[in-house]
Amino acid sequence: MSLPAELVAEFDELVTHYPERRAALIPALHRCQEELGGWISPETMENCASYFELEPVEVYGVVSFYPMFRLTPPGRHVVKVCHNISCDLRGARELLDEVCRVTGASNHGTSNDGRFSVETVECQGACTAAPMFDLNGVYHENLAVTDVQRILGGCK
Amino acid sequence: MSKPETYLLSRTTLPDSHTLAVSRNNGGYAALETVLKQPISREDLIGIVKDSGLRGRGGAGFPTGLKWSFMPDHAKDPRPRYVAVNADESEPGTCKDRVLMERDPHGLLEGILLAAYAMRCEAAYVYVRGEYRKSYDQLAAAIVEARAANLIGENILGSDFSCEIHMHKGAGAYICGEETGLMESLEGKRGHPRPKPPFPAGFGLWASPTTVNNVETLFNVPFIVNRGAAWYKTMGSDASPGNILVGISGHVERPGVYEVPLGMPASQILENYAGGMWRGRALKAWIPGGSSTGFLPPEMVGVAMDHDSLKAAGSMLGTGAMIMLDETACVVRAMSVMARFYDHESCGQCSQCREGTQWLHQIFQRIEEGQGRMEDIELLSSLAHGMAPGKTICALADAAAIPTHSIVRHFRHELEAHVHQGCCPYRTSGAPAQPETVEAGS
Repeated sequence: MSLPAELVAEFDELVTHYPERRAALIPALHRCQEELGGWISPETMENCASYFELEPVEVYGVVSFYPMFRLTPPGRHVVKVCHNISCDLRGARELLDEVCRVTGASNHGTSNDGRFSVETVECQGACTAAPMFDLNGVYHENLAVTDVQRILGGCK
Repeated sequence: MSKPETYLLSRTTLPDSHTLAVSRNNGGYAALETVLKQPISREDLIGIVKDSGLRGRGGAGFPTGLKWSFMPDHAKDPRPRYVAVNADESEPGTCKDRVLMERDPHGLLEGILLAAYAMRCEAAYVYVRGEYRKSYDQLAAAIVEARAANLIGENILGSDFSCEIHMHKGAGAYICGEETGLMESLEGKRGHPRPKPPFPAGFGLWASPTTVNNVETLFNVPFIVNRGAAWYKTMGSDASPGNILVGISGHVERPGVYEVPLGMPASQILENYAGGMWRGRALKAWIPGGSSTGFLPPEMVGVAMDHDSLKAAGSMLGTGAMIMLDETACVVRAMSVMARFYDHESCGQCSQCREGTQWLHQIFQRIEEGQGRMEDIELLSSLAHGMAPGKTICALADAAAIPTHSIVRHFRHELEAHVHQGCCPYRTSGAPAQPETVEAGS
């Protein structure tokens, strides 16, 4: 299957911002991940390689370098718990334990019902509002362990 | 106590501070208008920035006007020229640029335009870390507004100056905050730093002259133009003029991003802005400018927060991100977390860094878990000496080596206690205090 026409149209606009086509690769991969199931499949990499006139292995080299790109499909909701220094000092490990308990997912795993993927991530730049997690791209800051059920409980 | 003069955050607390109308009603784009209509020549603008003594706020503290003057002579070099804005704020502890981008994006755009004018750049690229969705969205919306008002694009404000500003989203790699790693990433490649020389001014984005500046650095420029280099030098210290955004996190009563003059003692920032150590506990260790600057002992908390004072104290100002650890914290655990980070973020090009960060991580982890040996402490020092300084393409290896040296120098007794007791002798540090949730990354 090829890329959806809407995405190709977006790529056509993205490449106009740069003197070289390849520069739009990372923004384009972001759009693929957002629209095509939350990950970059081997097929998507081949399609992007074709669009950007690269070898698939070159696209793979980029995708695998950047932590935000996923090489496996995630659950319906993705919880990224910061575990760097400022968050660690304010209880990130306890927060992670509670996130895993509430979601039923292990760290860097997906719950059996497919609802949640949980992963620890390095500093998200919310250090003065620690601890925090990112739920589906939205920061939740100044968290207490008791907030986790309230925030994640509503995710279907 | 009366607080010193502030300017960086002056618009950020206003309602709708992210809009063009609020920005312009509160001095936004006044410097750009002055420069284009008076006009102030490009050479004079660089001169003003040089005279102000502004130093880069991304961590290295290099003089900004001097950096701008490294761009090649336009008459002799017809290549396109670029400004690359480093908004890949990723140094652990650092969240200051985010405040500016979310709340006063036009202030940054004006700084970018002034830099582009001074260096005759036809375009600027703002490299925003991928996690900062709100920063990206606010800046993208501000660009649309500014373009509609003839502040971005062709013949800005009727002058002969034209400049495009493009947004670019990163994807979560710390190393892309290193200026040559950033440029590789902007070109659609892995963020592998480039050997220097050649320097970006001669050979940057797409092999063209490029200057990479941090968000807060550029944000200072319109204020300097409006109020003059002499005014700017009334704040801060002689060798580090102006104000800086200090983010203070960890075990303090009021963590936050505060604007203070460079040279203010760290103890004053802790007490007068952050409300002191939390729960009345004592300070055990602190980091002055992001994790790469290493640990300092409590008796050094009186040091002035500026480039030269911290250098003399054996550390660095870095990004001004203070991280405070109270008496219940385990410094070895904190170091183990940081060592894991550098291991995770090493790009893998240089063996000293690829292997060294991995070993540091493993050794700190085993000491923290009570599995360490006494000879591990010398091994840590030896490894750190093998990694830096100047042994690798970029400074990531240095960023891992510096905190390693600092912990062996200032907190050897904690390392030894872990080895002697075969476990962590310090109880787990604090649980979060605030019950409310703030959504700020949407």
